[in-house]
Formats: sequence, C-alpha cells, structure tokens
Amino acid sequence: MKRAWLIGPAAAVVLLIALPFIGNNYILRIATSMLMYVALASSWNYIGGFAGYPSFATAAFFGLGAYAGGILQFKGVPMVAAWLIAGVIVTAFASAVGRAILRLRGHYFAIASLVIADVLREVINGMTGVTGGGMGLNVPVMKIDVTTQARLFYAAMLAVAVLAVVTSALLDRSRIGFGLRCIEQNEDVALRLGVHTARYKTIAFALSSIYPALAGAVYASWVSYIDPAEAFDVLFSIKPIIMALLGGAGTVAGPIVGAFIFQAMEELVWRNFLSVHLGLLGLIVVLLILFLPQGLLRHRLLRPRMRPLLVKAP
Amino acid sequence: MTPLLELEHVSRTFGGLKALDDVSLRLEEGEIVGLIGPNGAGKTTLVNVVTGVTPATRGRVLFRGATIERLSPDRIAHLGIARTSQIVQPFPRMNALDNVAGGALFAGGCRTLAAAREKAHEHLAFTGLSDVADQAASTLTLADRKRLELARGLAMNPKLLLLDEVNAGLNAAEIDSALDLVRAIAARGVTILVIEHLMKVVLNACSRVAVLHHGQLIADAAPNDVVRDPKVIEAYLGTKFAARHAARLA
Repeated sequence: MKRAWLIGPAAAVVLLIALPFIGNNYILRIATSMLMYVALASSWNYIGGFAGYPSFATAAFFGLGAYAGGILQFKGVPMVAAWLIAGVIVTAFASAVGRAILRLRGHYFAIASLVIADVLREVINGMTGVTGGGMGLNVPVMKIDVTTQARLFYAAMLAVAVLAVVTSALLDRSRIGFGLRCIEQNEDVALRLGVHTARYKTIAFALSSIYPALAGAVYASWVSYIDPAEAFDVLFSIKPIIMALLGGAGTVAGPIVGAFIFQAMEELVWRNFLSVHLGLLGLIVVLLILFLPQGLLRHRLLRPRMRPLLVKAP
Repeated sequence: MTPLLELEHVSRTFGGLKALDDVSLRLEEGEIVGLIGPNGAGKTTLVNVVTGVTPATRGRVLFRGATIERLSPDRIAHLGIARTSQIVQPFPRMNALDNVAGGALFAGGCRTLAAAREKAHEHLAFTGLSDVADQAASTLTLADRKRLELARGLAMNPKLLLLDEVNAGLNAAEIDSALDLVRAIAARGVTILVIEHLMKVVLNACSRVAVLHHGQLIADAAPNDVVRDPKVIEAYLGTKFAARHAARLA
C-alpha cells in the first residue's frame, strides 16, 4: 500500500493527544521535555540545517525567553500573554543581533553566536534588581493541582513544538527555504543568482529564535524557578544541534526524529549510568559523526524516499 | 541611444596592484563583444566589477543609463546582468534542475518554485541538458557543468550575459557546440560579453573585440583589425616579435 508510511505519523498524533490522559506525571514530564527539544531542534534547523550556519544561539534565545516571560509574570502579566510578549522581545533581539553576526561565516559565526548567551547571562547576573541575579528568579506558581499543571505545560509545549514543525514544513517548500538551501551550498553563487542573502539569513535567524523563546518562557512557568546558569546552559545550544544532525539536518522530519531518539537515549543512559552519563553521551556523539554524518533520514536504507532536492554528494 | 552597459574611467586596485586602470568601455544592445588579454590582464576583475562582486575603486558603471557601481551582487542580478564563472560553481548537492531553477526563482523573477522549475526545464532543453536534469550537479562532466552555468545564467532572464571563459577546458567538438549555443543565446536578443582565450571563438562569434593588458584597455575594434594591431601583438607575443612582425609588414 502506497500510504502505509502514514501509519507511523498517525499513531504518533494519536499518542500525543492521548498522552495527558493515559500517562502518569513522570511520563508527562519526559514527554514535555521531548516536545521542548523538538521545538529547539526544529528551530535550529532553519538556520543551521537549511542555511548551513552553525548557530550556537539557541541557549541565548531560550534563556532570554525564560527571563522575559518569568519577569513579566512576576510583574503580574497573565501567563500566556507573558509567553507571547517574551517571544516578540526575543525575535526583535535576534533580528538585530542577526544582522550584525550573520556577516561572519563558518567557525567565526559559530563563536559569535555562542558568545550571545554568555553576554546575556552576565547582564542578567548583574541586573540583580530586576532578575534576582545569581539568586535566581521565582516565577509565580499557579494554584491548581499538580496533574492539571503537568497537562497544561504538556499542552503548551506541544503547541510550541507543532508550530515549530509547521514553520519548518512551510519554510521547506517556500522561496525563502530554497534561497536558504542555495546559501548553504554556496553563498557567493546564491548572491549572484539574486538571492538577497543578508535578508534571508536574518529571517532564518529570527525565525529560529521564536520557538526557543516561547519554549523558554513556558519552561520558566513550568519549573517556576530559573537562574542564569541554568537558563543559559550551553547544553540548550548543543543538544538541539546533535538532535538535528542525528535525524538529518536540512530535513523537516530529521530534527523531530533526532529529538525523540536523543531524549530517549539520554533518559536511559541518565537513569542507568548516572555517574558516567555525560561521557557516554559524548561517545554517542562521536559515533554519530563517524557513522551517520548525514543523519539517520539520509542513511542509505531510507534514501530511496528522499526528495530530489536532497541528492547526496558523491 | 544609451548603451546597455557603460564603464567610465573604471579602476580597481588590490593593495598596490592596479587590476583595472582607467578602463572605459561601451556595450550596445544586441552586441556580442569579445574581451581578450593575456593572463592577469584584468578580464575577470572587469566582470567582477560589473557584477558588484569586487566594486570599482574609481569610476562609474552604468547599466541602461543608471549607475550600478555601488549596488550589491544580488541587486545587480535582479537588474538583468548574469554571468558564468571561469571555474564552474554549481550547487553541488542539488540536481541540475534545481540549480537552474534557482536562477529563475530569484533574479529570473518567477513567483513560485513550481514555475521556476518549469522554466528550468526549458533552459535545460535549450542547453541540451534534459537528460541529466535529475542528476546531482557534482556528478556532471565538465562540459555539462559549463552548460549548466549557461542554463542558470539564462534562467536569470538577463539583458546582459557575461561569459567568463565558458570554453576553457573543453575539447574542439565541445567548443563548437558551445559556440553554437552562444550564437543561439545572442539570437534571443541577449547582449553578450565573451571573455575568451581562444581566438577561433572570438573571431567567429564577436562583432567587436576589446583587449586588456595590465589592466588597461589597449584596443577596442573589429576582430580582424584587433589581431593586426601592433599593440595587441606586442602584449601577447612580446616587443621583439612585434618589431619583427612590423618590419616584415613594412
């Protein structure tokens, strides 16, 4: 049957909807976290996968979103409004910073994007009056029972993840997406063909900031306490990259598949090998680079299904 | 009538090196003009100046009467100036079709990717690449990649096409078919500047030939006059030969 492959995604959708009602709070927490990483990895893919710009700015967007949302809520703004405003603030920030650092390429861009989170962390550390500095920030806790809370944040993260994936799918088919792929392959030639590279890259970078910002704001409400070291943790930049590469950077499904596999792997490793789990994860990353440099979805077993745009280099 | 392209006293320096030195050149609509000169004469720099890749340090570049020397390459591409590169630069991991569709989608002004791909099919057929449309650009032969550059340039729907040594590295038969292609493109009303080392191509295809030497324009005339020009002979073959040649003629 031609449409047999639809069974998998259909089952996933049913599971995602049913989960809040059948899963316990532990399952729900893992699922919420997975969905968060689906959003982060898909977002990284806009700039890192489609455009080929190795951005390490995800943690900056996430942390800034978490703080913007947390502070707004602390000041009495309703929760969902706080999330959305945080998204707008971070996107504006990313557009401005993007214009400046997207002139750099390759490693230089990677370093510049990596530094954003460090700068923001220090700024927020210093603004003790507003942010609580190193003491952290307590976000108001809702007065509803724990299970309802777990379901609510699950639903919120699900919405963010779905939006991130939908954006990815739209981008994939759009003129901008095609322009980004041209930039990824050869930016100078893309420019010569009339791709407005500066504008396209900035759009991709700004888009890649929206969902991490929303996810960060939801995260702040979810865990109800954030501090600079945690909110701007470099792992929030690195894990989405690994996930996208694991699944297949530059594809819509790759970051989703990668996020699920990586999170599942991390959960298993973390639970069973607590003392060495970072070392084991490092080993997995090395094996990934050695044996799956193109990602799972581009593995030869799956290749016949690939679209012509993604022909593999010889 | 305003010329299609006009360079007014254009200079381009790289540090202390004058790659282009006070070059003035006009291209009328519908012309095929050859640009020749020994290695390092500044031919590719001239193309880069016109396309905005390395902007002129001095002088003005006018396209259809409007000054373009401060525009970025993407803007210039949208105005209708396309080029091919001496060293072919396809998007290696895209297939031939999408390589050409890129040209049609951006500078070519197609609204959707589907429309761009349709246009791309036409240009692939025109350049004889229909059979390899689905192949990754990196797997094509050199001759086919040269054609791909041409097809991509055409997809940009240019008024002016700058061909930077499209024939370099091709064998005699391939050059003949490339030459036919250039003529066919000109027949569509595209003005062409051909940068070329092969005199056969220049003498056969061009209505006018400009010669660069050490960044300076030393001749700009009909092909048959240019090959007899003592300054051109000197630039290519050295002063000794030029003197002997002049003596023989006298």
